[in-house]
Amino acid sequence: MNRIMVWLPLAVFAILVGFFFKGLTLDPREQPSALIGQPVPEFQLTDLNTGQPLSREQLPQQPFLLNVWASWCITCQVEHPYLTQLSQQMPVVGLNYKDTETAAKNWLQKLGDPYAVQIFDPTGRLGLDLGVAGAPETFLVDGSGVIHARIQGEVNQRVFERQIQPLLETFQ
Amino acid sequence: MIPEIGHFALVLAFAIAICLAVFPLYGYLSNQQGFCATAKPLALLQGLALAVSFGVLMYGFLAHDFSVKYVADNSNLDLPWYFRMSAVWGAHEGSLLLWALILAFWGVTVALFSRGIPDHMSALVLSVMGMISVGFLAFMLFTSNPFVRILPFSPANGADLNPLLQDPGLIFHPPMLYMGYVGLSVAFAFAMASLISGKLDATWARWSRPWTTIAWAFLTLGIALGSWWAYYELGWGGWWFWDPVENASLIPWLVATALMHSLAVTEKRGLFRSWTLLLAIAAFSLSLLGTFLVRSGVLTSVHAFANDPERGVFILGFLIVVIGGSLTLYAIRASKVSEPGEFAWISRESFLLFNNLILTVMAVSVLLGTLYPLLVDAVGGGKVSVGPPFFNAVFVPLTAILVSGMAFGPLAKWRQSEDPRLFRPLIVTLIVSVVVGLAWPSILGGQYSIGTAIGVALALWVAIATAVDFVKKVGLYGGVGTTLARVERGMIGMWLAHFGLALTIFGVVMVENHTEHRDLRMGVGDSQNLGPYDVLMTDLTVINGPNYVADQATFEIYQGDALYKTVTPQKRRYNASGMVMTEAAIDSGVTRDLYIAMGEPLDGGDWAVRLSVKPFVDWIWAGAFFMGLGGFVSITDKRYRQRVREEKEAGAAEGATA
Repeated sequence: MNRIMVWLPLAVFAILVGFFFKGLTLDPREQPSALIGQPVPEFQLTDLNTGQPLSREQLPQQPFLLNVWASWCITCQVEHPYLTQLSQQMPVVGLNYKDTETAAKNWLQKLGDPYAVQIFDPTGRLGLDLGVAGAPETFLVDGSGVIHARIQGEVNQRVFERQIQPLLETFQ
Repeated sequence: MIPEIGHFALVLAFAIAICLAVFPLYGYLSNQQGFCATAKPLALLQGLALAVSFGVLMYGFLAHDFSVKYVADNSNLDLPWYFRMSAVWGAHEGSLLLWALILAFWGVTVALFSRGIPDHMSALVLSVMGMISVGFLAFMLFTSNPFVRILPFSPANGADLNPLLQDPGLIFHPPMLYMGYVGLSVAFAFAMASLISGKLDATWARWSRPWTTIAWAFLTLGIALGSWWAYYELGWGGWWFWDPVENASLIPWLVATALMHSLAVTEKRGLFRSWTLLLAIAAFSLSLLGTFLVRSGVLTSVHAFANDPERGVFILGFLIVVIGGSLTLYAIRASKVSEPGEFAWISRESFLLFNNLILTVMAVSVLLGTLYPLLVDAVGGGKVSVGPPFFNAVFVPLTAILVSGMAFGPLAKWRQSEDPRLFRPLIVTLIVSVVVGLAWPSILGGQYSIGTAIGVALALWVAIATAVDFVKKVGLYGGVGTTLARVERGMIGMWLAHFGLALTIFGVVMVENHTEHRDLRMGVGDSQNLGPYDVLMTDLTVINGPNYVADQATFEIYQGDALYKTVTPQKRRYNASGMVMTEAAIDSGVTRDLYIAMGEPLDGGDWAVRLSVKPFVDWIWAGAFFMGLGGFVSITDKRYRQRVREEKEAGAAEGATA
């Protein structure tokens, strides 16, 4: 009995190693490429402004930008004017990430609200599914809800022209 | 040129580590004294080489040598000198160097203070530590070299140290924690040495006890410092978050606590031998696992600051070699361990077994909770997170069970305690702690909390039982005046540590159940009531720090009409990184902390402000301090010094005859 029991710790460790090895290939930073070509993950959250339930089906049926932002995020403030300008051209969906309702609403009141829909994700659940590393991040989604690009950091005219515009043209 | 000296010293240390791993082991296996004797000089040399390497990196920080990539990434011209020093271990490469330096330091102490241990044994111990060192230094040199240069166009200024780490608490937290983590390698090395030599009697337990205790003491203080830092720096006012990185330090702590207790049984009674060996392997393996979890990006965490899958593969390989190898050796040898001796159901052994059982279950549940998201993700179950509710639901009752048993162990005798009179003082202890515990929430006023009653009763139970044991044992030795000097230091250490745990439990219970907490909107001239105080915001200004700009609010705290104190919490924005940090204003007191933190700026110049009164929160860390102190006191025990002296005298006698 004892002779078998002493191998138990090694067996447990071997199983753990298997999981760790798998875990390494599931590195969170590799997710963006995995998500490209995939539909936006399903979610059950609320709309920040109306408080109504919100799911994937209520997202725009045309190409749109999914912008992950938060009131605590300085760069989000920087990119906000450009996103406001972009929202004339195509819908911008907001994903308010790990924020509080009051802070987010105050922010929008102060800086303006260009967002077509505002997903309120205080726990970062959808952010996690999207593989968000930090705010701001922006995803380009086509009319059928498939993700085509992920931009980490600020979206400005140069980023738009280089990374978003060429893909947008392939949609037509 | 100077960074290259550090780099060269690191390569040299690597070469020395290889020799240290190979020569003494070869000497032992081929029975050649000469090779065994290389162990101590090699350990000292390795320590020297790594000290040079570390010193050079620190010089790079102090001298603003931004041609060194690591310095450029983690320092800045505006960074004050003391943070430039602590910045050495502020990120991945440097913290590994600190890890390796501390491992070498423990090797040096083993080389210097192991005169009471047979030469072939200390040679094996140092050889095992050399093997660990080889792995770590290879990891540094091949994947995470801190001396990589940016040449010829080095930046004029650096990117600055992560503002979270620009804090005095962070100067001491990592070195303390690493002293603990890495110190456990000594107990591991002793266990391995006894497995290699096949001498599986209780002697290795006697040798490794002081090392385990001191490592445990450092680990305790390191964890407490980390928790204290999180409390005043992260701006949330919490003191423990069940974050994977915190858990990575708590798991080895729990196992090391179990190990300390089971080593006592193995040393005194020769029991639990196989189990103690396993615990010694597990304690260090879990420290390594903690490093793996933090460094590889396998688990996402608020402070995983070096996510890199390539490094992860390397560390995993290293883990497989160290943990897999040691467990294999254990499996081969431990089946031959005989367990002589018996003990009664009610004896000190059985209480220590109980202690080990509960501590192991605690460690396994924290480990499972920490790894669960990874396990689910690996089998395709998607991303889940395990939060504080799980950990609290498991940890709190287990702690209660553990603590209930704690009073009996010290009073019980080895082998058997037939005499029930031994436990008679506990009847009074039980009555007092239950009565006071039940009454305590009523004394506090407000809503009655049964959780508080239970928690306070448990803390009292331990504290009084410790006091009872103290009085009994001191009584055995005569009057109080002469006694403390005569009581074993190990005993005093135990009293301090157990008493410390009681303090910590009391602090946790009070702060978790009775924190008064409010998030408010405040502007200049606004006054708010906070417990027995009135808090008035009198000013809002912008302050220019050395490397940040801060919004600073001034609050006057009034007790009745008298001004009690003026405090100035800040919201800082660091120039180089643009990161925003909260500097909470905390007025610490024995019975409560006043905690004022600035949240977000609101329109109209007002701020969201967080006000809290946290009762007895400092007792959490005071308790940890007592636990750590207990560890340090117990290693000053006479018997450890005596052995060295006897050995010296024996050596001197030998010298005389020769």
